[in-house]
Amino acid sequence: MSNQPAKDGIPLRSPQDAAGAAAAAVALPREAVDEAVVANRSASRHTTAEAEKRLRRRYAAQRRFKAYGITAIAIAVGALLWLLITLLANGLSAFQQTYIRLEVTLDPALVDPRGDRSEESIRTGDFGGAIRQALRERFPDVVGRERLRNLFGLLSSGAEFDVRDKVLADPSLIGTKQTFWVLASTDVDMLRKGFFERQPDGGAGGRLNAEQVAWFDQLKAAGDLDLRFNKRFFTNADSREPEMVGILGGVVGSFLTLSVCLVLCFPFGVAAAIYLEEFAPKNWFTDLIEVNINNLAAVPSIIFGLLGLAVFLNFFGMPRSAPLVGGIVLALMSLPTIIIASRAALRAVPPSIREAAYGLGASKMQVVLHHVLPLGLPGMMTGSIIAMAQALGETAPLLMIGMVAFIVGIPKGLTDSATVLPVQIFMWADNPERGFVEKTSAAILVLLAFLLTMNAIAIFLRKKFERRW
Amino acid sequence: MKHVLFATAAAVAITVALTPTQANAQARDQIRIVGSSTVFPFTTAVAEQFGRAGRFKTPVVESTGTGGGMRIFCAGIGPAHPDVTNASRRMTAAEFDTCQRNGVTDIIEIPIGFDGIVLAVRKGAPNFEVTREQIWKALARQVPVNGQLVNNPYQRWNEIDPRLPNLAIEVIGPPPTSGTRDSFVELVMEAGCRNVPEIRAMQDARARQQACQAIREDGKFVEGGENDNLIVQRVAADRTGALIGVFGYSFLDQNLDKIEGKVIEGVPPTYENIATGKYPVARSMYIYVKRAHVDVIPGLREFMAEYTSERAMGDTGYLPAKGLITHPPQRRQEIRERTMNLTLMQRPS
Repeated sequence: MSNQPAKDGIPLRSPQDAAGAAAAAVALPREAVDEAVVANRSASRHTTAEAEKRLRRRYAAQRRFKAYGITAIAIAVGALLWLLITLLANGLSAFQQTYIRLEVTLDPALVDPRGDRSEESIRTGDFGGAIRQALRERFPDVVGRERLRNLFGLLSSGAEFDVRDKVLADPSLIGTKQTFWVLASTDVDMLRKGFFERQPDGGAGGRLNAEQVAWFDQLKAAGDLDLRFNKRFFTNADSREPEMVGILGGVVGSFLTLSVCLVLCFPFGVAAAIYLEEFAPKNWFTDLIEVNINNLAAVPSIIFGLLGLAVFLNFFGMPRSAPLVGGIVLALMSLPTIIIASRAALRAVPPSIREAAYGLGASKMQVVLHHVLPLGLPGMMTGSIIAMAQALGETAPLLMIGMVAFIVGIPKGLTDSATVLPVQIFMWADNPERGFVEKTSAAILVLLAFLLTMNAIAIFLRKKFERRW
Repeated sequence: MKHVLFATAAAVAITVALTPTQANAQARDQIRIVGSSTVFPFTTAVAEQFGRAGRFKTPVVESTGTGGGMRIFCAGIGPAHPDVTNASRRMTAAEFDTCQRNGVTDIIEIPIGFDGIVLAVRKGAPNFEVTREQIWKALARQVPVNGQLVNNPYQRWNEIDPRLPNLAIEVIGPPPTSGTRDSFVELVMEAGCRNVPEIRAMQDARARQQACQAIREDGKFVEGGENDNLIVQRVAADRTGALIGVFGYSFLDQNLDKIEGKVIEGVPPTYENIATGKYPVARSMYIYVKRAHVDVIPGLREFMAEYTSERAMGDTGYLPAKGLITHPPQRRQEIRERTMNLTLMQRPS
C-alpha cells in the first residue's frame, strides 16, 4: 500500500487492498471521509461480480503464462534427459570390453626369435602365433583350415599387443606358461553385450556361425570370457577395429588445437576490446568495425574453414590436418565472440572507478591497466572459456583443412597430423561395424564431460572473482 | 599484466611466422590419402595394417568425397599434395586433364573391387522381388501413364504391377550430396527407364536424362542423411515392413540379423553375385597413385603392395572381412602385376 491509496481513477490492486485502505482510513478523521468515499466507490467498482471475473481472468492469464514457462523448461529438460539416457544406455557398455582368458605358453622360438631377450627381438616376436596356439590347446578337437579360421575369429587382430607389452615389461616371462586376458573380436564383444540377436540356426548377428557361438557359450560358462575395464579406450587413437579404438588421439588433438586457439584469440581479443571500449574515438569508422565484429560472430563456421584453406594452406603453404592451422581457424571464429564478451565486461566496470583513478592523477593507460582491466578480467575469462567450449564442439571448419581424417598416431606437436574429438565422433558414427555404435556414444559422453568441466570452470571463475557494485 | 600480454603476443607472432617454413623444409615421411567416403573404410583398414607392421608411419586418410579428393589430388606434385586418392568411380576425362595441367602427368590406377548398392527391408518383412524398371516407376518424379508423362501417381507397389504385393511405396535413401545416391541414380534409375517405350520415344536427350534421373519429392522417397547407419536403423525399426532402405553392401553385411537384401531381377545381393557381376547394381572402386611420389615418399611402393596383396584383397583377406567385394583371383593377379610395374593409366574416354 502506498501512502496515497486509490486516488480517483487509480484502481486498487485487489479487494484486500481496498479493505486495507478502508481500515487505514479510520485512523485519520479528516481524510477518513474522503478515503471512505473512495473505498466505497472502489469497492463498488472492484468487487462486483464482473470485476471479480476480470480479476480471475487476469490471475488465470498469469497462471497460464507461468505454465507455458514451466512447460518450456520441462520440454528442454526432458529432451536433455532423453539424450543423456540414450547416450548412457548405448555408450556405457563401451567402457568395458570382452576379453578371453587363455593359458599362453611363451615359447622362446616364437616370441623371441633372436633369443637374446632384447627389446628389438621381442618386438618382432610372433605373439599372435603364441595366442592362437593357446586357443587351439583350449579347443583341441578343432581341425581343418576353415574351422580354425572361425576359431581364431573369436580373437581380435590386436590381441597380441597386450601380451607383447607385458612381455616387454618383464622379459623373464619368456619360456613360461602364463594366464592372459586377451582381447576378443568385436563380434564376440557384441554378442557378450547383447547387441547381437541369436538366430534360429544357432548363429548370432549374422556375423558369428553356430560353432563360434557354441565356443562362446563354452568359454563363458567356464568363466574364461568376461567383460573387463576398457583401458584402451583412454590410451589409444583411432582404429578400424571397434574393439581397439581409443579417444586419446582426439583428446590430444583437441587440446593442441584449443591451446593454439586460446593463445591467439585471448590476447588479440582483449587488446581489441580494450582499444575499442576505452581509447577509440566514436566515429563512423569505429561504428563500422563494431557492426562487422557483431556480424562476424554470426558467420557460419564453414566459411572460416574455407578461409583457412585459401589463406593458410594454399597461400602460406601450412601443412594439412595440423592442429596449428585448426587452432588459427578456430581462433578466427572465436575472436568476435571474445571481443564482444570482453567489451561487455569492460562496460560493466562502473565509471566511478575510472573517475576516482583520474582524480588521483592516473594517466588513461594507468586507469585502464591498473583498474579497469583487472576488474573486467573475470568477465573476459568467462567469455573466453565459453568461446573455447564452442570451438571444442566445432567440426565444419576443420573439414576444409583436412582434420577430418583417419589418424592412428597420437599427435606429438602442433604440425603433426591430428583430428579432434567431435570429428572422431562424426567418423565413428559413419562406420559400418556395429561395435562403433557404443564407441560413438561413449565418445559423446567424454565430449560432454569436457564441455561440462569447461563451463563449470567459467562459473567458478565468475563466482570467485566477480565484483558487484 | 602489460608484460605478460606483450610477451604472449610476441611469442605467438614468432610461432606463426616460423612454423610453415619448418613444415615445408622437411620432406614428408607419411603417406597422405584423400577421397571417397565409400572407399574410406577399406583404405583406412589397409593403412592401419600397413602401419602396424612398424616399418613406416600409418598413412593419414581423409574423407573428402570422390570429387573433392580429385581436386586436391590433381592440384600438383610435391609434399604439400596428397599421394593417393580414393574414388568410388573412375577418374573422368576432365579430371584427368586437370591433373595433366597441374603437372600430375603420371597416374597409376588401381581397381580395388566393387561396392554393391542394396535395397533392404527389415528381416521377416515381406521381401518381394523387383526389377529396376519397377523401382524407377515407383520413385521417378514423372512416369508415363497412357502415353503421357504425369506426376508419379503410384502409392502402392501393386499399382505398378498387379503381381507385386499391396504394400505402400516407402523408400529411404541417401541425399544428392552422397556418392551412393549418384550410383543409385546411375545404376538403378537410368537403367530402369531405358526400356520404357515412352522414354525411348523422347527426342530431346537432355529431357530424357532429366526424366530418368529425377526422383519424386512427394514423401515416398525420404532422404535419410549421409549416414548409412541411420538408414539401417530406420529400416530395422520399421513396424509395417514396407520401408525399403538404400545403402552400400558393407552395411547389409554388418547387419544381416536385422535386415535382408532385396532380390533385384532375380539376383539376391550376395558377395558372390556382386563379385561375379551377376548382381546388376554394383560399381567399381579405385585408388589413384602419383607415379612421381613413388620412391620419394617413404613407404608408398610398399603401401601399394600391401593394398594389392592376397593378405588384404584375397578371398580370406581382411578387406573382404570389412565388406569389400574383390575381383576374381586371376584379375587380382593382373592388377597386382600392373600396379607393381607402375603401369600408368591412359586418358579415360
